[in-house]
Amino acid sequence: MSIGKMNRRSFLSAAAAATGGLLVKFRLGAAETAPSKLNAFVHVGTDDSVLLYIHKAEMGQGTVTSLSMLLAEELQCDWKKIRTDFPGVSREYGGNQGVVGSQSIRTSWESLRRAGATAREMLKEAAAQKWNVDRGTLRAENSFIVNPSGGARLSYGSLAEAASKVTPATNITLKDPSQFHIIGKATKRLDTPSKVDGSASFGIDVRLPGMQYAVLARCPVFGGKVKRFDATKAKAVPGVKSVVAIPTGVAVLADNTWSAMQGRKALEIEWDEGPVAAVSTASLTKTFAGLMDQPGQPARKVGDAETALAGAAHKIEAVYQVPFLAHAPMEPLNATANVRPDSVEVWASTQGQTAAFNEARRITGLAPEAVKVYTKYMGGGFGRRARSDYIGEAVEVSKAAGVPVKLTWSREDDLQQDWYRPASYGHFVGGLDQDGWPVAWIARIACPPFGGGGTATEGIANMPYDIPHLMVDYHPVDQGIPVSYWRSVGYSQNVFFAESFLDELAAAGKKDPVEVRLRLLANQPRVKAALELAADKAGWGKPLPAGHARGVALSNNVGSNTVQIAEVSVERGKVRVHRVVCAVDCGHVVNPWGVEQQIQSGIVFGLTAALKGGITLDRGRVEQSNFHQYDVLRIDEMPKVEVHIISSQAAPGGIGEASTPAIAPAMCNALFALTGKRVRKLPVKFEELG
Amino acid sequence: MAVVQFTLNGRPQTVDAVPAMPLLWVLRDTLGMEGTKFGCGMALCGACTVHVNGSPVRSCMTPVSSLAGKHVVTIEGLSADHSHPCQRAWIEEDVPQCGYCQSGQIMTAAALLAKTSNPTDADIDEAMRGNICRCGAYDGIRKAIHRAAELQRSGGAR
Repeated sequence: MSIGKMNRRSFLSAAAAATGGLLVKFRLGAAETAPSKLNAFVHVGTDDSVLLYIHKAEMGQGTVTSLSMLLAEELQCDWKKIRTDFPGVSREYGGNQGVVGSQSIRTSWESLRRAGATAREMLKEAAAQKWNVDRGTLRAENSFIVNPSGGARLSYGSLAEAASKVTPATNITLKDPSQFHIIGKATKRLDTPSKVDGSASFGIDVRLPGMQYAVLARCPVFGGKVKRFDATKAKAVPGVKSVVAIPTGVAVLADNTWSAMQGRKALEIEWDEGPVAAVSTASLTKTFAGLMDQPGQPARKVGDAETALAGAAHKIEAVYQVPFLAHAPMEPLNATANVRPDSVEVWASTQGQTAAFNEARRITGLAPEAVKVYTKYMGGGFGRRARSDYIGEAVEVSKAAGVPVKLTWSREDDLQQDWYRPASYGHFVGGLDQDGWPVAWIARIACPPFGGGGTATEGIANMPYDIPHLMVDYHPVDQGIPVSYWRSVGYSQNVFFAESFLDELAAAGKKDPVEVRLRLLANQPRVKAALELAADKAGWGKPLPAGHARGVALSNNVGSNTVQIAEVSVERGKVRVHRVVCAVDCGHVVNPWGVEQQIQSGIVFGLTAALKGGITLDRGRVEQSNFHQYDVLRIDEMPKVEVHIISSQAAPGGIGEASTPAIAPAMCNALFALTGKRVRKLPVKFEELG
Repeated sequence: MAVVQFTLNGRPQTVDAVPAMPLLWVLRDTLGMEGTKFGCGMALCGACTVHVNGSPVRSCMTPVSSLAGKHVVTIEGLSADHSHPCQRAWIEEDVPQCGYCQSGQIMTAAALLAKTSNPTDADIDEAMRGNICRCGAYDGIRKAIHRAAELQRSGGAR
């Protein structure tokens, strides 16, 4: 059907389906005109609908809702009239659209309130011109501009078109927090209705006319290349359309995903495996261990740890280890690309929207105006979708095959071709004075390099404790295993190391673990307050049922402080976490309900890793293939999580990654209290608890 | 290729497909019904759960040829207006985060409630432990199932 033959409504809904945003659900009012654009974030329809453009991406962390709250706080619109959409990549939204490092609130806190306020003032100005009064005399409330003298009211919808032509005011004063009516109120998610009826459109749900479904055969050894391949048998599989080679493998295209998968099984490929074929978990661990007696790259130096240690009354030494971890988001990786000679369009569930744009540009060599990236809901991200490898593959395949392509990863592809949370190995030495208080601490870390120098030791080098003599150094060990960001990044392993080792120091000094921490946090009032709150709420020191014990740990990451106290038992051969009390200070809270969801979520993520996670390598290949070998926490293992939010006027912190690091050490410290056995290697092995 | 006839969300459906092709891909790629999700392809995660003759099945491991004459219900067929007690309860409890697993969670829960009108926590554990949620929305899922049971007992869909 040509556009000429379509009525405006069906054209708009087809266009919306193609861009794949929430516009699919956006119903135009009777007037059937597009909403008026007040600025890049706020569009208002003649029917009073408010369309908010969410320039970040949604992977479950609640950005669609929390960023809408920031806009609506100042816009003074009726919350029920809000619709949202993802605008895709545009310079209007800055040079780097993406969601990493739990930064969405932090980077939007000021700018989106300002965007909402600016739009509100444009609506006011439009009303002021109609009434021939001064804008400053008018009030905005619940999607109306009101003239307090006389009580005349005009709806946002009736003002929208005129407002869109107003020059935005620059002298905007934002509300004082005491006037907030949305920010700080527990608010339900805007995306929930579409997520209970199957209509929410994820990357994997994109469908284009003439689109083919592709899967890619990649070398099972990281960094390996195709030597030669024979596609004869693959092409004979029913439904297979074609087979194309791209730089990272061989793609099979078919008229459905399953046929493409069957075709891939029938491919005959000879690989040049390359040097990583010599790497195994055992060889890597040996390499890490062999570096522990050599100085590494300095990461932190306070006082003179070596001298202080030499003079310490007691010395404690321990080695900690964690494995590689996969992200395993529920939506397997995928991307849809349509490369034509003069344009490229990409639809993707991605944490790195601008990175995806740049990748599409790099591969096609097209001008920026010819590149379009459309943001889709993500079925989980956890850092994996910050990489653009899977998007580049789809662009490569579409370019090579000359058709629109949706490229889907199987779960096996996902677990075996990830950019993993690095395996890490840490040697710790601590010294106590004659009264049993920690005075010296030396930590040496070896792990594959990722995300710059600081990430390998973050959570140790910058721990909030006042240790008089501290030395942290680091050996980067690059053996070609792809590593990258995994929810909470370096903190995910280092907080386990540091908080467990601190517990060892407390035990060696015969101190209570909370007491030691409080003493070392004398100069950190916010962390200390969170610890006191958690201890109080958990009933720290109070009796527990027989066979139960508590452990404490805390984390200071993504600009927030999280303290967790876990209550555990060991039952029928399994570690059971019954209850987690979590006190969180994340500064000014936008959506307390969002904070609670994210705290729960981060704890499950960290607990999964601590109890079950582990990617191991043999001959450069990942040994796990699907959830039967890479299990995750299930509903019957979910602890009762109690979240206590410390509300404050401090600048907002991040929340999506805040609670992941501390759960493993809190649980392991509780296991020590229960069994006397110290867990120094994750995942926890029940057999080793004795 | 083989022609298979079954009932899909109350309507007759005819599909011409390779007999071994899993229902998941028939739904998603052939019929364009994308509410049912791909998660693992090995019946390990529950994201692809649909009802076949009222029982929850993993559509990723269900060959389309096995469906001849059967009744298939997907998330799109649960209700036209969010009125199923599970959907109402899921909205009340604001369960989803990323939301990707929720079609499967809801279909599994709906099958549980059809059989067990007042499930205990142990019943919920048993029925739901095969459904993975990487966002960890398990607490909300449990609360929503209890709430859906209440809604169902107090008059069903309204």
